[in-house]
Amino acid sequence: MNKILVGIKRVVDYNVRVRVKPDGSGVAVEGAKMSINPFDEIALEEALRIKERGAADEVIVASIGGADSQQQLRTALAMGADRAVQVDPGASAGPGDLGLEPLTIARILLKLVEREQPFLVILGKQAIDDDNSQAGPMLAALWGRPQATFASKIEIAGERATAVREVDAGLETLEVDLPAVFTTDLRLNEPRYVKLPDIMKAKRKPLETLTLAALGIEPAAARVRAVRFEPPQQRQKGIRVKDAAELVSSLKEKGLL
Amino acid sequence: MAARILIVAEHDGSTLNASTAKCVTCAQSIGGSIDVAVCADDAGSVAAQAAKLARVANVLAIENAANAHPVAALLAPQIVAVVRSGQYTHVLGPSTTFGRDLMPRVAALLDAPQVSDIMAVESPARFRRPIYAGNVLVTVEVDAPVIVGTVRTASYQAAAGDGSAVIEKPATTGVEIPGHSRFVSVSAAKNDRPDLQTARRVVSGGRALGSSAGFELLYRLAEKLGAAVGASRAAVDAGYVPNEMQVGQTGKIIAPELYFAIGISGAIQHLTGIKDARTIVAINKDADAPIFEVADYGLVGDLFEIVPQLIELL
Repeated sequence: MNKILVGIKRVVDYNVRVRVKPDGSGVAVEGAKMSINPFDEIALEEALRIKERGAADEVIVASIGGADSQQQLRTALAMGADRAVQVDPGASAGPGDLGLEPLTIARILLKLVEREQPFLVILGKQAIDDDNSQAGPMLAALWGRPQATFASKIEIAGERATAVREVDAGLETLEVDLPAVFTTDLRLNEPRYVKLPDIMKAKRKPLETLTLAALGIEPAAARVRAVRFEPPQQRQKGIRVKDAAELVSSLKEKGLL
Repeated sequence: MAARILIVAEHDGSTLNASTAKCVTCAQSIGGSIDVAVCADDAGSVAAQAAKLARVANVLAIENAANAHPVAALLAPQIVAVVRSGQYTHVLGPSTTFGRDLMPRVAALLDAPQVSDIMAVESPARFRRPIYAGNVLVTVEVDAPVIVGTVRTASYQAAAGDGSAVIEKPATTGVEIPGHSRFVSVSAAKNDRPDLQTARRVVSGGRALGSSAGFELLYRLAEKLGAAVGASRAAVDAGYVPNEMQVGQTGKIIAPELYFAIGISGAIQHLTGIKDARTIVAINKDADAPIFEVADYGLVGDLFEIVPQLIELL
């Protein structure tokens, strides 16, 4: 059976502008709208399309997070994933806790990979909250398998896949043997909207909850801790000019032209 | 213990990418010794360029036919071997697509934590980095014998080019390089304009340009200014311009001296990419567009009237 494993993260919705708590101890996210990380939604959409083309039999969606993340898993099931796994990391480690470090996330995903034996793992290229952009390559490294990051096109051909990657120079084409890890860029696809009947149907799909202990993972001491959170320096508000001529003369006056 | 820093050089086979010199500046702020690793099939000219970077002690030329193109899965085990034998405490790469692909793979093989997008160094174990698309800055303290980092290049100036490092060829013959990943090709639009990531002036367009033809107007303005051309995500998604022109959280983070945002509303994801620009000029017909909140010079009006006037005036 050809399985695809997709990882999703519950994050503050991309339209929400977060703020630092007044005492600098963290980020105020209480009550904010939460969503599936947009890149992960693209990852799921790609997995569903590969399955719909007949190249895969099952799409498994996994999220590492507290009970809240079941909401995002239900949304993923409504989009079309066949079953869901929530890995609960347990209690937060207290002040300075940044959540599980990406290498621990990769270790957990590796356990799921060993359990499910997928031929593809598709993840977002980064989460829009911590912007770490690490989990995909880390999983590929621990697994000893290829990685195709920032993919804007994925083509499966038997035991191999070709990915077009959005790199700084342009578009790179990389060929990899399967199984492999892919991370998604924005232009890979446009995720589908969830329809109401699918939400109802998703309630009956299997959602399994696992602890770290059940996966045989020892919670390691955090090696990276937050010392301080602060807002970025605000730019001084500038001036309005009335036309092109005034703009050019203003810039010349400042020696910018 | 003094820091021993290894920087993984980014290059295209013949020219060292400017991001490497910026990593060197970041490394200088950590302190300790600085070496640069150049993975290539023939490292000759790139290694020579790296050897000129100020305060670099050694350039390690890691030559292998497999290194003709930067494939992370192939490079990572070679970097790891060098890090182990050289007992490095810090391994840095640029926070470009090259470094963001490669460095986490290196970190995982080393069982080391990674700090992404380093924008300031407070101590050899304390770094500041942006999160939430730059809406929040977090200072982190790392407790690990080896720290991997990617350097937010827009936060650093390039190191001076007055150094004279020793070029060495470390033995990496025992390293197993996987055969499961194969570079096929890279397509890049060739043009004579300056490189977007290093240009002193950048002209960017948004969806308001309306078409690829609309961007022709910006190319003419850029030519007058000697500027590189960038774009908002909306313009790239609409297919007006290729992906490598995207500026923002998920595109390129740039720090030009002069930035023109033309027909760009200024979504937070775009602003993340330009917050280190020295001077921002915004031209938009919507007087309430968020871009005006960050612009040093704002001009409300129709870009299709204003830009030709600018071209005329320059």
